[in-house]
Amino acid sequence: MSELKLMKGNEALAEAAIRAGADAYFGYPITPQSEVIEYLMRERPEKRTGMVVLQAESEVAAINMVYGAASTGKKVLTSSSSPGISLKLEGVSYLAGAELPAVIVNVVRAGPGLGTIQPGQADYFQAVKGGGHGDYKLYVLAPSSVQEMSDFMGDAFDIAFKYKTPVMILSDGLIGQMMEKVYLKDQVPRNTTEEIIEKYGDWAVTGKKNRSQNVATSLDLLPENLEKRIERIYKKYDQMEKEDLRYETFECEDAEYLFVAYGSSARIAQKAVQLAREKGIKVGLLRPITLFPFPKKQILELTDQVKGILSVELSTGQMVEDVQIAAQFRVPVEHFGRTGGVIHTPEEIVEALESKLINNGSIRHHKTRESSIL
Amino acid sequence: MEVLDIIKPENQVFCKSKLMSDNPLTYCPGCGHGTAHNLTMEVLEEMGIAEETIGVAPVGCSVFAYDFMNIDMTQAAHGRAPAVATAITRCWPEKYVFTYQGDGDLAAIGTAETIHTCNRGENIVIIFVNNGIYGMTGGQMAPTTLEGMPSSTSPYGRDVKTMGSPLKMTELVANLPGVYYATRQSVHTHKHARKAKKALKKAFENTRLKKGLSFIEIVSNCNSGWKLNPNEANKWMEENMFAYFPLGDIKVDGNIK
Repeated sequence: MSELKLMKGNEALAEAAIRAGADAYFGYPITPQSEVIEYLMRERPEKRTGMVVLQAESEVAAINMVYGAASTGKKVLTSSSSPGISLKLEGVSYLAGAELPAVIVNVVRAGPGLGTIQPGQADYFQAVKGGGHGDYKLYVLAPSSVQEMSDFMGDAFDIAFKYKTPVMILSDGLIGQMMEKVYLKDQVPRNTTEEIIEKYGDWAVTGKKNRSQNVATSLDLLPENLEKRIERIYKKYDQMEKEDLRYETFECEDAEYLFVAYGSSARIAQKAVQLAREKGIKVGLLRPITLFPFPKKQILELTDQVKGILSVELSTGQMVEDVQIAAQFRVPVEHFGRTGGVIHTPEEIVEALESKLINNGSIRHHKTRESSIL
Repeated sequence: MEVLDIIKPENQVFCKSKLMSDNPLTYCPGCGHGTAHNLTMEVLEEMGIAEETIGVAPVGCSVFAYDFMNIDMTQAAHGRAPAVATAITRCWPEKYVFTYQGDGDLAAIGTAETIHTCNRGENIVIIFVNNGIYGMTGGQMAPTTLEGMPSSTSPYGRDVKTMGSPLKMTELVANLPGVYYATRQSVHTHKHARKAKKALKKAFENTRLKKGLSFIEIVSNCNSGWKLNPNEANKWMEENMFAYFPLGDIKVDGNIK
């Protein structure tokens, strides 16, 4: 039986990490995610499961600790918020290049710069387009509830080890700080030393015993070798798209318009669907659960059915570009979102749908422009 | 003629450690890295701990240390080796963990990680090869470049008024309670190499006894970067580097000398 609790998103995630059998957490405090390390320190996971928890001297040190632990086959995670994630991205690039499994949590706040501690979704590009230097991607999971903050931790580790890749959980300050009921999963035992050597002995740096040398490195000075490594890594991304793409739809069966939204915006957009339907507007919601891989095919299929798509994000418009590419310009795609830490209301989303797509929307605007050219 | 035709095993009086691979060293002729690598591997071999040891390679000339040291190794981002080693020792407390770093890596970009790892007293060995210059990138000024010493980014010599003074890392970290052993050695003569090996052995012994952090600085040459031939470089090192970075123990068994 799973245990039911009332918890903050950040705390649910921390508890889930212990229960997922994580071996180590390395982090540095930053609002709005400091509850993760505070909870872990309070819970004494070294006594519960033997999990290591260490407060590093910086985000840079923390992500390199993650790299070190990951290189030895351990289940390791770190968490931070936007400015801290920017600092970690060098290390994330090294994890991707060395093909090491790790989980990185970003409880996003509004930026740029020091910005504010209020929620935002403006780190979408950073998360799904690479972020750090070089040719790589992250598998990105976007929770939209405290329950998913808990559930996605185990999923993230499974993906990280299935593909030997860094995985990002892209949350935001709203999901991290709010309290909801959460069903906690049962404790998964940590891997024993023997299990690590048996399962990951072909790559993990555990001491060279009865086998050839294992080295964790992202260095390949010969361009032809590096090209091969990158091609091998990119094959994993193709496989992710086929096997591990996740999304959900809400009220899409008869929809004439579509919202695309993830994370906290998906929660608000779901309410907006209800409000719009009360006004007689048939609108549905597609929520990408993985932001990379992105549900491109599913969005394209819906363009046969809907007249327009509104991408809703707490930013000036980042995911909207991927929605446009997915829709292949077969229907108008518009963006709506408040930014800078301001959170849009369901009413504002419905108003944006009406003004941008239904009434004076881009369908008419587009046609007017066409006719003026003719 | 093959190498073995010239070097007959029965005539051999010295050979490299069995833990050194047969890959040709990428270091310049006369460089101290090869000796420092070999001494480290000899210590692991003699202590019988190679299978239980994980090394962390830096960014710099010794970035390919794992090509020469035939043990399990993780290659770290520039300056981050102590953070990487921290995680490894915390996750595998029964293992021997060491970093092998140059002065640019340890004393410039990685200063924060170095100091905090030492301050936490992580149960690891830090091997710090100080040749007062950035070797791999082509002879730029390092935090340990001596006053007045020319480099490609201090072509008129290091001016301490604008570029700061050469950093004495070993003295600096020796003041931290987490550091159990801090010593400065060199490997340019047999006598010095023997002493350096003793220090390395003591360091790995400290790990075995869970005493905390051992910090072994090896003052070395960089004949390419210093624009000197190997003999001149060693002579210059003795006269100038040792004057500013004096050899010897700085902290032994937790006590500053």
